Amino acid sequence: MPSATSTPGERISRVFSERSESGGAALVTYLCAGFPDVASSVAHALACVAAGADVLEIGVPFSDPTADGAAIARASQFAIAGGSGLESALEVARRVRAASEVPIVLFGYYNPIFVRGDAATARAAADAGVDALLVVDLPPEEDSPLRDAAHALGLGLVPLVAPTSTEARLAGLAARAPKPPFVYSVSVAGVTGSAHADLGEASARAAHVRARIGAPCVVGFGIADAADATKAAAHADGVVVGTALVRIVDDAVREGLSIEAQAERVRTFVHDLAVAVHAPRSPQNSAPARTV
Amino acid sequence: MTAASPRQGLRRTYGSYGGRFVAETLHAALDELENAFLDVVPTPAFQATLGKLLATYVGRPTPLFRAERLEKALDPNATVLARLYLKREDLAHTGAHKINNALAQVLLAKHMGKTRIIAETGAGQHGVATATACALLGLPCEIFMGEEDVARQAPNVGRMRLLGAKVHPVSSGSRTLKDAMNEALRDWVTNVATTHYCVGSAAGPHPYPELVARFQAVVGEESRAQLHAETGALPDAALACVGGGSNAIGLFRGFMQDASVALYGVEAAGEGIDTARHAATLNRGRAGVLHGAKSYVLCDAGGQIQEAHSVSAGLDYPGVGPEHAHLRDSKRATYLTATDAEALAETRRVARTEGLIVALETAHAFAKIGEVAEREAKLRGRAVTIVMCCSGRGDKDLETTLAALRAVEGE
Repeated sequence: MPSATSTPGERISRVFSERSESGGAALVTYLCAGFPDVASSVAHALACVAAGADVLEIGVPFSDPTADGAAIARASQFAIAGGSGLESALEVARRVRAASEVPIVLFGYYNPIFVRGDAATARAAADAGVDALLVVDLPPEEDSPLRDAAHALGLGLVPLVAPTSTEARLAGLAARAPKPPFVYSVSVAGVTGSAHADLGEASARAAHVRARIGAPCVVGFGIADAADATKAAAHADGVVVGTALVRIVDDAVREGLSIEAQAERVRTFVHDLAVAVHAPRSPQNSAPARTV
Repeated sequence: MTAASPRQGLRRTYGSYGGRFVAETLHAALDELENAFLDVVPTPAFQATLGKLLATYVGRPTPLFRAERLEKALDPNATVLARLYLKREDLAHTGAHKINNALAQVLLAKHMGKTRIIAETGAGQHGVATATACALLGLPCEIFMGEEDVARQAPNVGRMRLLGAKVHPVSSGSRTLKDAMNEALRDWVTNVATTHYCVGSAAGPHPYPELVARFQAVVGEESRAQLHAETGALPDAALACVGGGSNAIGLFRGFMQDASVALYGVEAAGEGIDTARHAATLNRGRAGVLHGAKSYVLCDAGGQIQEAHSVSAGLDYPGVGPEHAHLRDSKRATYLTATDAEALAETRRVARTEGLIVALETAHAFAKIGEVAEREAKLRGRAVTIVMCCSGRGDKDLETTLAALRAVEGE
């Protein structure tokens, strides 16, 4: 159980500080819980950690994932058909937590949380060892019940910003206390897996968001490989890889690989990403020092 | 846009329902739409343009027709039903009330400088209305429609294509309206700078529920005035079918402040509300969040949205507009249900007693006139006057209604 701290989700903040101090950025990986099943998701998640992922996003499959592209939408449908959902995502978190101290973000849509109840979900997430929640369709205007419940248990609530976010909306996020453990900056107006993100611009925007809000800022959407990750990491505190990883899992499942062989594919892919993201940045690119 | 001065925005919540539950990328566009509505719609220029189009192009006001043969068929001695009036939205251009909202939204989008219009559609009536408005106003149009609906509403797909719209069949999920809306939202989030999403029901994220209700309020306002001119009084009850609920909210808006007017919606009971195959969201659903708003939804205990079912593609949706959720909870409106079988039987009765081939959606409301009359007559101790929104015509459904007719009457 996290102790009462000034920063909800403090385990996450520590990871960003450590990466920043070593001159690199943090790698955040997304997996859809229950794709293809819970045991595989746990193995994939632990493979991510072994390969150098700094933060895990455990995706809660939802029937109507309107912010996701085809790859994650299909994985979600597959997972739901196998009986997965919020409960399975919590089970994945619980099993990962039993084996690792890696920070865990529960990532999903609001209806499963709302139906379970904001307070009940926050309690179940805290009990499962989750550090923070990210709810795609729960903007600051609507998030008070869940945010209050999460903060009371030391859990963070991660806000999204987008290229279309106005300065006024950023100012609104900046004015909120306590600070979120990090901010997720969407690289492009689009859905997950978008192929046309300008990652250089997205990385620069992450630096602006960090300065504006006063919390670490990661870049996600459209980061497919180590080269993309390097570009996105230039000015950001972290990089999120989701769709590309889900595709690796998808291919491995289609080929009928064993769980161990699937995990090996994940490990290889994530290792290359981690090397790229953790590498100290050249001085003109490096993220400015940040106090937590 | 000038600096934001404090002003009254559009209504954002209805009781505990409504709001704006969408990903961050869309918020600026939704604010822009709300501001454009507040800045542009009240201007004399916009009102004049829209008013002229509604009169000369859509055919407004639509007539209010007294359905005397149906009155007699339902209640030969007029013990519970004194008078039945039909608001003839089926006579509006494109054959349904959908054009009221589509034309106004596309006109507004043009004022906003948008260069592309997208929409979702279930039965295809909103798709046809949007394609029509885009043809008239010279904007490219793309429509998202579930594969199952593409198959069962083929005439409307043909109409949209003839009007120059591109129809995208959606193969994900239940392949109906819910999934069409998912795809439309994905397109919009990707093309939000140039594109207006013309939402077809009084549902979705703020400001859509209020914006669509305002554009559909013409149905209720005209009904009220026409009925008053004819009878000198208000009706006892107003009745409409409810999928997302735009024709119902349009009719209700004319009588919302009149406490003496009972409001009735009719949901699709599909194969029965005690089966898994229905679309009776307000009767059998629970509070939840879908497609940008808090409202009633059909979902399982884990919060996964369930597939709805109705013979009527326009009612086949596991959500409902947030104002209806509030009207249900506050008991201002009562929501009944009609099954597929009742709706199909009613299309035959209405065709043969009044010469009206009505949409399957609309037939759900027709099927409950008798029940509404009985309930209200009992409460009031006299035969009552009902106004019903005859929301659309049924040409699009002929294949379905004829198959049902053959099953009953043979070839």
